[in-house]
Amino acid sequence: MSVLLAATAAALFGIGTYLVLQRKLSRVIVGVGLMGHGANVLLITAGRRGRSPIIGSSDPSGFADPVPQALALTAIVISFGVTALLLALAYRSWLLTHDDEIADDAEDREVARHGHRDAELVDAAAVEPVDPEGDPTPGEGTP
Amino acid sequence: MNVLLALPVVLPLLGAGVSILVGRSRLAQRVVGISVLTAVTGVAVAILVHVDRHGPTSTQSGGWPAPLGITLVADRLSALLLVVASSMLLAVLLYAIGQPGAERSHVGFQSVYLVLAGGVAAAFLTGDLFNLFVAIEMMLTASYVLITLGGRLEQVRSGMTYIVISLLASMLFLAALAFTYSATGTVNLAELARRVPELPFGTQAALAALFLVVFGIKAALFPLYFWLPDSYPTAPSPVTAIFAGLLTKVGVYAIIRTQTLLFPHVLPAGLFYGIAAATMVVGVLGAIAQDDVKRILSFNIVGQIGYMVIGIGLFDVAGLAAVILSLVHHIVVKTSLFLTEGLIELHGGSSRLNRLGGMVRTAPGIAVLFGVAALALAGIPPLSGFVAKFSLMAAITAQHEWWVLAVAILVSLLTLFSMVKIWVGVFWAPAGPAGGEGPAEVEVAPGPSAPLLMLAPTAVLVAGTVAIGVFGGPLYELAGRAATDLLHPQPYLDAVAGR
Repeated sequence: MSVLLAATAAALFGIGTYLVLQRKLSRVIVGVGLMGHGANVLLITAGRRGRSPIIGSSDPSGFADPVPQALALTAIVISFGVTALLLALAYRSWLLTHDDEIADDAEDREVARHGHRDAELVDAAAVEPVDPEGDPTPGEGTP
Repeated sequence: MNVLLALPVVLPLLGAGVSILVGRSRLAQRVVGISVLTAVTGVAVAILVHVDRHGPTSTQSGGWPAPLGITLVADRLSALLLVVASSMLLAVLLYAIGQPGAERSHVGFQSVYLVLAGGVAAAFLTGDLFNLFVAIEMMLTASYVLITLGGRLEQVRSGMTYIVISLLASMLFLAALAFTYSATGTVNLAELARRVPELPFGTQAALAALFLVVFGIKAALFPLYFWLPDSYPTAPSPVTAIFAGLLTKVGVYAIIRTQTLLFPHVLPAGLFYGIAAATMVVGVLGAIAQDDVKRILSFNIVGQIGYMVIGIGLFDVAGLAAVILSLVHHIVVKTSLFLTEGLIELHGGSSRLNRLGGMVRTAPGIAVLFGVAALALAGIPPLSGFVAKFSLMAAITAQHEWWVLAVAILVSLLTLFSMVKIWVGVFWAPAGPAGGEGPAEVEVAPGPSAPLLMLAPTAVLVAGTVAIGVFGGPLYELAGRAATDLLHPQPYLDAVAGR
């Protein structure tokens, strides 16, 4: 039984990781959700197995451990809320770009393109006009 | 006393609710926000004084006894951090009220901000690993809303990265909790501290490494730091200031707590030194490569986190005291730097170095504020960074870790260089066409002068960095006592267990 649950958790984490590495926002969100389920399955397996822990129903020594179940319940509520927020953001992103692709960091690309300027004095860069096309040949201009 | 411990968590949450109820009146919201955070700061000071005199104190929320119920506990470390954090929250709230933008145009700002305050306080005060998860989630969920406030395209893009990374860390945290529970049968810190040493060494090391990864993502350690410089700069400056000051430090606090209390000497010191050195070098080199004020400062957060990790690797009273001092110093100085950056942006209309210039003449006040805070970050005496770095380097020297010392000094110099880069670009570079040949695309139209409500909190925080330097002695002694508590945790464990 616990091997089955462990395999389930592993599969959920594996599929989740694969989806999170995709560029489509919708897949990333599903991936995060799956990983959350994997973590919850792990939590459930952490406790002792047994009958449902309802006081007075039977002998307490045969009860399942209720603590991990309470923990998993809390975790489910939290991931529910955060997933809702994430979906709202994805919708916002779709409204703005009409796409659910995750874009690159524009600033990073800018720095990569103009990186050599930083080799010069900073104030030289400050008075230089910003070239929207970018990519002046290195080695030219200021010595 | 025990009731006081619950207040820093309960008051902001109640305040958040009230703030929604009075959402129609911005004035009422402000009164609620400011009075709640003032009260929390007062309570935090009271807790610190009490804890410093009488040792760790705890309360069992809801009256449920320790291993099952949720324990709130304060020792010197958490009380000190609580005092610093709540005063930062108060200062930044005042600044946000003064600033045209985020706070004024969003009804939800105040209540979300208060939830963040409650989450930070809960993370510092909890005595239960699962409750730490809940506290961090509370804080992070509030931060997700704050970082995307406004819903601009780049905010949504970078906010998405931030949220997905944080969620992954949370899922790993949950998995780590599951492993911990199945190995030990508890998530209460006192019980764990008793049962973890009984586990086989391999299990201990695996759990310690897993927790280090989880909190390393939150604290932005190498190689898990990349989300931070990407996402922080897009938020409004008061939001970035409070994130820079507090969120990563909660991660560092969690690393300190777990590694000293649950897994002492489980992970090799060399691992911490390696992570610390890589974090420092990558952070500071990244900062030097950027040409945007906010991004330089964001990369510097990463660099400075490295210093704190060194002290955790040293694992003696001097090292941990230096970490605690660095935490306090860094919270104050980073918050004030980002607040100053907000002033620069308001005055110059941009945060890009090549669009700014000449502000040493047009805004000498901002220049002074930035100059002092930047020198404090770099560690120039008599400011706060000097005290923090000097105590850390003394601790490194005592353990003869020369290469770590060399890296720390080098990174210090490079940090100074990156701050000078901002200084030259923003304050000294010639503004407008006067400075250079070629068409002048640099337009520095002096913006509106900053409102007093923005200037005053920034000035107070900058004065705080001077004060930390001047009162370095008493503060270092307090940090030393807190570090001794960390290495001899029996009173803390007794407090958590409710004895």
